[in-house]
Order: sequence, then C-alpha cells, then structure tokens
Amino acid sequence: MASIQLTGLKKTYAGNVEAVKGIDLEIADGEFVVLVGPSGCGKSTLLRMVAGLETITDGTLKIDDRVVNDLEPAERDIAMVFQNYALYPHMTVFGNLAYGLKNRGVKREEIERRVHDAAAMLEIEPFLERKPRKLSGGQRQRVAMGRALVREPSAFLFDEPLSNLDAKLRVQMRVEIKQLQRRLKTTSLYVTHDQLEALTLGDRLVVLNGGSIEQVGTPMEVYEKPASMFVATFIGSPAMNMLPVAYLRERGANGLLDHLAADTDVIGIRPDDLRIEAPDEDHLVVTGTVELFEAAGAESHLYVSLEGSDQPTVIRTSARPPVAEGETMRFHVLPSALHPFNQASGKRTQQGVS
Amino acid sequence: MVENRPWGNLLAHLILIVGVALVIFPVYVAVIASTQGPGEFLRGTLPLLPGGHALENYSAMWQAGLSRVGAPPVGQMLWNSFVMAMAITLGKLSISLLSAFAIVYFRFPFRLVFFWLIFITLMLPVEVRIIPTFQVVADLNMLNSFAGLSIPLIASATATFLFRQFFMTIPEELMEAARVDGAGPLRFFKDILLPLSVTNIAALFVILFIYGWNQYLWPLLITTDPNYYTIVMGIQRMTTAADSDPQWHLIMATVVMAALPPVLVILFMQRLFVKGLTETEK
Ligand SMILES: Nc1ncnc2c1ncn2[C@@H]1O[C@H](COP(=O)(O)OP(=O)(O)OP(=O)(O)O)[C@@H](O)[C@H]1O
Ligand SMILES: [Mg+2]
Repeated sequence: MASIQLTGLKKTYAGNVEAVKGIDLEIADGEFVVLVGPSGCGKSTLLRMVAGLETITDGTLKIDDRVVNDLEPAERDIAMVFQNYALYPHMTVFGNLAYGLKNRGVKREEIERRVHDAAAMLEIEPFLERKPRKLSGGQRQRVAMGRALVREPSAFLFDEPLSNLDAKLRVQMRVEIKQLQRRLKTTSLYVTHDQLEALTLGDRLVVLNGGSIEQVGTPMEVYEKPASMFVATFIGSPAMNMLPVAYLRERGANGLLDHLAADTDVIGIRPDDLRIEAPDEDHLVVTGTVELFEAAGAESHLYVSLEGSDQPTVIRTSARPPVAEGETMRFHVLPSALHPFNQASGKRTQQGVS
Repeated sequence: MVENRPWGNLLAHLILIVGVALVIFPVYVAVIASTQGPGEFLRGTLPLLPGGHALENYSAMWQAGLSRVGAPPVGQMLWNSFVMAMAITLGKLSISLLSAFAIVYFRFPFRLVFFWLIFITLMLPVEVRIIPTFQVVADLNMLNSFAGLSIPLIASATATFLFRQFFMTIPEELMEAARVDGAGPLRFFKDILLPLSVTNIAALFVILFIYGWNQYLWPLLITTDPNYYTIVMGIQRMTTAADSDPQWHLIMATVVMAALPPVLVILFMQRLFVKGLTETEK
C-alpha cells in the first residue's frame, strides 16, 4: 500500500503532441481515485506514466515518497489491469496468475497459496487449468484482475477494465471491484470514460480535459458543484442544460438571480431540476413545448424547446409524467438548483450556491 | 460447391486423379527401379513391376556407396545432408527470431537502416552471389567443412520478415503486461514470444529444412572431399560417372533414401502444426 504523488507531470509525444500538460495530484494511501474524461484527453497516457509504460517528459512521480520516474514498471510495485486484459494466451489461468510471482522469485508453495486465494476471491477456481481462450469475457476480466491481485502490489492501476463487457456484467463487476478495493484497501487509480462508473466507484474523481485537470473532488462534490461548464456537461446524464442569464432575466426572474456573481452569464440546470409541479418556495418559471417524450423505464426524458430560445433542453422526470408530445407547459426551477458559469472562462462564478 | 452434381463430381475427381498420377508416377518408377537388378535397364524398357533386388541394392548403397565414381556410402551422405540442413534451419530460425525481435520491440539508432539491410539480402540468394561467397569461404579455409556448407546459406532474411510480420500482430499490451509482471526483454522473448510463435516456427522449420536438404549448387562447388558430400550432389556424381553407364538401380535406391528425411520432417512437424493451430489463441 502506498500513496502516489504527481507533481507537474507532463507528457509530450513526438511531433509536439502535448498529451498531458502538467498534472498535480496526490493520492492518499488506500484511496480509490477515478480519472475520467472524454476520449483523447490523456487518461491512459497519465495512467501509463504512473505504471512506467510511458516515459515522463517532465515533473516528478513519487510512490510512497520514493521518486520512481526512471524505474521499470516491475520495480514500482504496481499492478495493472488492461482494457483488453492482455492475458498470456498460451498459459493456463494458473500460469497467468503465477507468472509475475515466478519472475519475482516467490517460492512455489507461496505462489500456489496466493493464486488459490486470489482465485477463490474472484471465483475463478474452476478455471485454473484452462487457457484464456476457453473463458467468457467476464471470466477473462476476473483473471486479469486476479493477475493484479496475486501480486499484492502497493497500487492497482486500471485502464477501462470494464469497457469490453456487456452492460449487465459491467454493473456486476463494478460492484465487485468496489467491494474488493474496500476489502483490500489498496491504493487504486482507475481510468474510465463512463461517468456512471466514475461516480459510483471513486472516493475521489479527477476530471481531465485536454491533458489538464478540470476538477478534483468527491463524486458528489463534482456532481453538485461542477467547477466548470465542461465538468457540468460531462458529468451527469442527460447532460446539464445551459441557458444564458439574459434569457432567464427576460422571463422575469430578476429577483431570483440577484445573488449571482456579476460575471455570471450562463446558468446550468440539471435535467431533473426542471420540475413539472410548482414548489412552494420562490422559483423561476420557463415555458416550453415538449418535442419528444422518451420513456426510459424508471425515468422519462422530455426534449423541450423553450419559448424564445433555440437551445434544446432536456428534462428528466419520474416514469410516467402527465404530458403529451406537442404540449406547451411550464417548468419550475428552484434558485438553489442553478449552476452559475462565466461563458468566457468556462468556470463556475460563485461558490456556495447549491 | 455445396450442390451435388454427379457429373461435376466425377469430372473433378478425374482431374484430381490425373494430377495425382502425374505427380506419383515418377516416384513410383523410382521405387520400382530401385528394386531391379543391374541388367534390367540395359534392355531399353522401363520395368513397371517390382523386381527382387531391393534388399541387396539398398544395403549396398547404404554401406558401401559407389566407390567407383567416388561416392561415399549413402548413410554418410545422408548424415552430411542432415547436418547441413539442420544447421541451416536452426541457424536461420534463431537469427531471424532474434533479429525480428530486435526490430519489432526495440528502438535503436539506425533501426530502419538495419531493416533495409536485412530486406536487401532477400534479393541476394546464394546463386546470385556465388562467386564472391566462394572466394570468402575459400579465404576463410572453410572449403570442405560443415561451416562452409551451411553458414553462407544461413545469411538471408526471408524468415526475419515472416517473424516480424507475426510479432507485429501480437498485441502490445502483452509486452506491457509482461513488463509489469517483471519480465525483462529476454524473459519476454522466451516465455511469451517463443511459445506464441510455435506454429510459425514449425512451418518455417519444414520449409527451411527442405531448402537446406535440396541445396545442390553450393555443396557441389565447395566440397571436393567425399567425406563432405551431401546426398543431393552425391546423386549427381553417380549419374555422371565417366566411361560407364549409370547404375540406375543403385541410383534410384539412393534417390528413394534421399527423399525420406524431408518426408519424415513433414510428418513429424505436421503434428506440431495441428497442435499449434488448435491451441493458439487469436
Ligand atoms: N504514441 C503516441 N504518439 C503521439 N500521440 C499520442 C500517442 N499516444 C497517445 N497520443 C495522443 O495523446 C492524447 C491522449 O491519448 P490517451 O490515449 O491518453 O487518451 P485517452 O484519454 O486514454 O482516450 P480514450 O478514452 O480514447 O482511451 C491523444 O490526443 C492521442 O492522440
Ligand atoms: Mg485510453
């Protein structure tokens, strides 16, 4: 177990591609940190730099207060789970799990014991003598986890380990990974572009965009108080609606917007904060026409075109709202649900709104 | 293909049978000829039924050879051919595996230059560079030696290319996983790359062994000592014996024996092939 410290970590690829632009991050011992961001934002690059698979252009990387910039992956005492599992196809499951231990000169009985412990934990004991080819995707995933587990490393690194699984299995494995990490208390760095995984798994979330950190915080902090318009629209599904402040003022919401910082010109509203029933408190009202009604099981999405705005707006409601397509209706928003942003900087303008 | 047309089937089979017969017939004649006595060929007609001299022909060639034309016993020539073919095969395989490994997995200066150098050797088989190569081998005192027989033939890059192509299809994550698992480059080569290449190695083994076994011009050029005659050139020696008719029955016995080792190699390697095909992963 170990803490990981990233200071000014940079990666520049040949041809001056700045994939990672100076990351400062401290991961506490036993913490589960999730790196999330859109495709190409440098998540994998950052993770691979921590793993030692990618050289570090600039900055320092410390694992347990030891600078490891120039150490081989094996010397960093980390284990990695790859997106495509990267199991050794010619070795049995047992061989796959044992390989890393063998290379470290661990004794036979110790290897046997650790492999069987890990296999039991992941419920892959029946497959120990099989080749990876004869396993299902989910089982391969477990083997890949097992290979990391047996090493008893000081940190786990995951690069989108669940993205090759079907939706149901993904949820199941997500829960198992979380439970496993809780039990083992091993420091973990987990890369995903799936925001649901990000919100549910991490103790802390790091939102990356274009090689830089947009926000670091607990999942709830990031969800409830996105630090930038990017984070606001990236985290949460359907994405947050963005409306110009001027538009809301025109709708006569002046009194309710006064507490916002002066440089606020965009307001973000989560789809579930646009309500059909009017609350008792003072609130904003907007009017719009329901263009499309989308039933998604436990919830429904309304695609609404607001009166006097060409911004398409999404509203999330309970399963069966009393609305029909083409209907024009009023939506209510509490002032506390407004997320104020500045368009030019893209940042949140004022603390303490929600 | 799927529908069942009797006439089409018949025709297809006829063509196949004719084709097989065309290929088999010379082999059959050779086998038959090797069982005849010394006089049979002088009558001018080719016998098509086995004669009764098989044992005596084969044992004569195996033990004594044709001393009259300076051909050593077949057993020895087979051994020479085997040593040469194995040296060429193993030499080529190990060099090409290692150089493909270097080219695919390491970034070193002038990597591309080396790549092209290797590529160019493809255009220079022994026959093209035979005079200078002879000169070099002669200067190095390697005439009439196994080293002289095999080393100049080892230097070519066909296999390097095949392995390079194959290594490039192996996902990079496998190498990274091995690195995280504490395997250095050589261990990765031994534990991961080699086992994954078994099928390719087996296929190339067969091809290279036959290539080495069938070498004719080069052994002919650099061996003057009968102790280093290979079987293929030995046969040639026998047919060109001066002032006497070639002893076809004995030559054919030699031919049949010369054809056996490659067949055995194919039979043996076929098992590995099938194993490789059924066991390796995509
Ligand atoms: N070897 C390389 N050479 C040059 N540029 C690279 C290289 N590898 C990655 N990049 C660039 O670096 C940036 C970050 O890539 P990275 O793989 O880290 O993205 P990612 O966040 O993991 O994306 P995804 O979610 O699609 O996996 C991309 O713009 C990519 O094009
Ligand atoms: Mg990635």
